[in-house]
Amino acid sequence: MFFFAYAMVPIYDVLCDITGFNGKTGTVETEKQYQVNEERLVSVSFFAATSSGFPVQFAPKISSMEVVPGKFYTTSYIAKNTTDEVIYGQAIPSVAPTDAALHFKKLECFCFVKQKFEPNEEVEMTLRFVIEPEMDEWIQDVSLSYNFYKLDS
Amino acid sequence: MSSTTTAAYDDHGHGPEKGLLRWVKTTNHKDIGTLYMWFAFSMLLIGGALAMGIRAELLQPGLQLFEPQFYNQLTTMHGLIMVFGAIMPAFVGLANWLIPMMVGAPDMALPRMNNWSFWILPFAGAILLSTFFMEGGAPAFGWTFYAPLSTTFAPDSTDFFIFAVHLLGFSSIMGAINIIATVLNMKAPEMRLMDMPLFVWTWLITSFLLIGAMPVLAGAVTMMLTDRNFGTAFFDAAGGGDPVMFQHIFWFFGHPEVYIMILPAFGIISHIIPTFARKPLFGYSSMVYATASIAFLSYIVWAHHMFLTGMPVAGELYFMYATMLIAVPTGVKVFNWVATMWKGSMTFETPMLWALAFVFLFTIGGFSGLMLGIAPADIQYHDTYFVVAHFHYVLVTGALWGIIAAVFYWLPKWTGKMYNEPLAKFHFWWALISVNVTFFPQHFLGLAGMPRRIPDYALQFADFNFISSIGAFSFGLSFLLLTYIVVDCIRNGKPADARPWASAKGLEWTLASPIAYHTFDEPPTRAEILAESQHS
Repeated sequence: MFFFAYAMVPIYDVLCDITGFNGKTGTVETEKQYQVNEERLVSVSFFAATSSGFPVQFAPKISSMEVVPGKFYTTSYIAKNTTDEVIYGQAIPSVAPTDAALHFKKLECFCFVKQKFEPNEEVEMTLRFVIEPEMDEWIQDVSLSYNFYKLDS
Repeated sequence: MSSTTTAAYDDHGHGPEKGLLRWVKTTNHKDIGTLYMWFAFSMLLIGGALAMGIRAELLQPGLQLFEPQFYNQLTTMHGLIMVFGAIMPAFVGLANWLIPMMVGAPDMALPRMNNWSFWILPFAGAILLSTFFMEGGAPAFGWTFYAPLSTTFAPDSTDFFIFAVHLLGFSSIMGAINIIATVLNMKAPEMRLMDMPLFVWTWLITSFLLIGAMPVLAGAVTMMLTDRNFGTAFFDAAGGGDPVMFQHIFWFFGHPEVYIMILPAFGIISHIIPTFARKPLFGYSSMVYATASIAFLSYIVWAHHMFLTGMPVAGELYFMYATMLIAVPTGVKVFNWVATMWKGSMTFETPMLWALAFVFLFTIGGFSGLMLGIAPADIQYHDTYFVVAHFHYVLVTGALWGIIAAVFYWLPKWTGKMYNEPLAKFHFWWALISVNVTFFPQHFLGLAGMPRRIPDYALQFADFNFISSIGAFSFGLSFLLLTYIVVDCIRNGKPADARPWASAKGLEWTLASPIAYHTFDEPPTRAEILAESQHS
């Protein structure tokens, strides 16, 4: 049972990947074609947060947008290093509600790799995503939130 | 050569070793049971003293006595000491004293390991308590030690806490292995599984819960340890981990843990009520199956402690219904106790008073647990004083009441002497009234929205907190009288009969009082076992 506690780690990750529990988002490799219903609109809100001890100003460029499921959209987040030192960070995404997380797919995201911020540098980091049309009809609002954590290198 | 070995093995009449080293070196189940009981009792008094500090701070709104950080240390250590230091060792102590006598065995199956599993405890307890005197203070993240409070934001003393939990876990697992080995291998050859008394049954099942759950706790604290000191990121989102996973692992241990702390009490009550109702236990086999069902269900309901972590609706529904399911076997037990009393010739000696209070008050705690298990209602109740009231009703008036009932019931057998019955009855009523004055108003506080784990509160909560604190001081004081009653029984009690309760059944009552150091050199016969059976 001691090792079972450790086995919970991969089990938990796989379960979250399959079900979208915990707001973990998925990725798509290519810009594939979906069945698009132009009439349907979903509102996506963007949020940003930084963990304590991470001296970077971090905010979405626009706070929300209306999207059609099945179409790809691009938006960006702005980050500004407020110190005279080089800072490394990693953004962790989370999507609510849970049922939307499964169908929120990213083609490109600054959260895929760790970010390096030069002293006093301001960067615009892009994000390209699609909401799959298979997402439940009752979901009309989706929230995407990033939390930035400091890395040592 | 052969004659000397024979002589050594024939020497069964010897008593305990002389001097204090007897207690260090002992492998006798009665000695070790006594050690466990006194250790648990001293931890109960220490944990109780911390609770007095908590209630003194909450006597009035505003901060009077402690800084919030120290208040958090008090609540954390109170919980840890009561759960791991008082309730669990007390039940292991009762198991040590009673199980070999109940199954007709001469001792526990693994007596040297038994010695070790006890002697780990004082060291673990000392390590845990020493954190109070360290820089940064004792752990202050609640007894549930959720990450990242216990990893990123915890004081340095947390590593001592982790080591103490490891030791306590070792001790519990060894105790559980010993009990399983004793029950399955050492019970009298003529005793069948369904002849076993219910205390033995409930402890056998509890042992399997301990072996299943405690290593998961060890895993959780080991992950904490490596997260804190060796750069892993099990619970750190920055490194790809997840703090919510901590809660899953913790409660996968934590929910079986709450049944570890109550199932042996169910067994105790199932001995006491038939004795004083002068009827065989109603529904013996259904009691066994209900206990096993509760144990199984306890492993599949853990996330009802986590309804507010953003679980999907399907998950909330599953954990809610699975939780409700536990009410069925628990209800079977409560109704069986009531049916045992039905048309019985009841008398109300002290153990019976405690047992009756257990049935009544534990059921209240069970019902408030059902309320908390309703996912939509839990959104309101979560982390309020309603939760505090709930788990104190099941742990104080449940687990602790069962332990005290057991102490009064078997004390005449352990010591060969009778306690002061009028004084013990007075103590019972004192404790009963004060415990309800303490914890019942906390239901109202919780429903009105007072959060738990805070040293200060809004003015509208002042009256109920005042009542609760006064009750707590009185309840705390009652334990001094309990100490006096037990010590007075040991030193000045009148000699008790071998079977002090006229209708008591069980192999332990066939042994002479005061009890010999070694018992059941010869296993009991089938006829003796059947004559002392709970269900005839």
